[in-house]
Amino acid sequence: MLEVRDLECARGDHRLFTGLNFQLQGGELLRLRGSNGSGKTSLLRMLCGLLEPVEGEVLWKGKSIRAQRDEFNAELLYLGHSNGVKSELTGFENLRINNALCGRLLMDDQLYDALADIGLAGREDLPTQMLSQGQKRRVALARLLLSDAALWILDEPFTALDVKAVAQLAKLIEMHLQKGGMVVYTTHQEVEMRADACCEVNLDR
Amino acid sequence: MSGINEAGTVNHSGLFAAWRAMVVRDLTLAMRRRADVLTTLFFFIIVVSLFPLGVSPEMAVLREIAPGVIWVAALLASMLSLGRLFSDDYQDGTLEQMLLLPQPLSVLVLAKVLAHWLVSGVPLVLLSPLLGMQLGLDGYAIMLMMLTLLLGTPVLSLIGSVGAALTLGVRGGGVLVSLLVLPLYIPVLIFGTGAVGAATSGMEFEGHLSLLGAFFVLAALLTPLATAAALRISVE
Repeated sequence: MLEVRDLECARGDHRLFTGLNFQLQGGELLRLRGSNGSGKTSLLRMLCGLLEPVEGEVLWKGKSIRAQRDEFNAELLYLGHSNGVKSELTGFENLRINNALCGRLLMDDQLYDALADIGLAGREDLPTQMLSQGQKRRVALARLLLSDAALWILDEPFTALDVKAVAQLAKLIEMHLQKGGMVVYTTHQEVEMRADACCEVNLDR
Repeated sequence: MSGINEAGTVNHSGLFAAWRAMVVRDLTLAMRRRADVLTTLFFFIIVVSLFPLGVSPEMAVLREIAPGVIWVAALLASMLSLGRLFSDDYQDGTLEQMLLLPQPLSVLVLAKVLAHWLVSGVPLVLLSPLLGMQLGLDGYAIMLMMLTLLLGTPVLSLIGSVGAALTLGVRGGGVLVSLLVLPLYIPVLIFGTGAVGAATSGMEFEGHLSLLGAFFVLAALLTPLATAAALRISVE
């Protein structure tokens, strides 16, 4: 489904990686490994189409993601370094707007349920600037609960989360994989996740 | 998990919902940061009020320069507010998410520009009669000036959005925006002040208004595409 062909990434004159090839099918979990500065985030941004590869291409269902941006974006959920959460808006408003922007109009109850599930019960109507770092991250993660995207691209999803939230996120990822979804992620934490098919790409080599 | 097997289809009601959500979002944000909006407005008032002090308190002189003064102040005020158009979204990562939405980016850009105009352009239009009176314009000229501002300020926001998108993440972007955008504002300025000037001296002014309208239509059609392309480059 997701295929990467001969991908090359450079930052300025410095070549981060070159000739990268891999494929990802439904139900597969892909972990990117690599030391700091090895190009993990750059690779994830290329997979989303935010960053143009120097060489090579990213294919979704056999077609370049650039040729089908809207269709690809409809099946993509990207969680980057920054949470993508507006600090002046409440957690509830953030989530509602996020879904509306994706073209999904959900019931208020569904949104409140998702926020409660992710551990923000009682904090839904606070401006997110009053929340802690981990709680802000949870507002961003609440999107995973409501998303029907097939491909999740998660950049360091476990940072700032407490032990319980890490376990919950791992569980969410496992459930997504069981339903036939795909997950690409990076992390420096060792989090155990059960998946039928796990693969790894190491950018240090 | 219904979306997994279906190919994403372009859904028009979804697009409209997204468009509206973007407008409402930006208006809500502006309401929660009212200080930003008021700063621009007071800037506009103060710049216009400086002219009677600096040039001459003579009514005849002021009446002569009034349209130009108000228009130039409006240009500067609208430019001042451009910095906020994308930079906050860029910093907190919501812009990235916006680029990854299954909606055409230019349509969302148009929504953002509309919201920006509603909070930074419309107040200028509404305030201009007061400043017009202060500078001794008569009722007819004031009406016409409001009309030109109503047609012209959206063009300023639209053109400005391209500059704001191009200078995202650049250090000293604020100054750079003015260098990029102010020259492009010149036609709007010429025909905006020209219409009021022509009317007060009893000449035809419909031509000026038609041209302003044409600028607006062209800008509304073309600049969202340019802004969308510029945003994609800036976020890389």
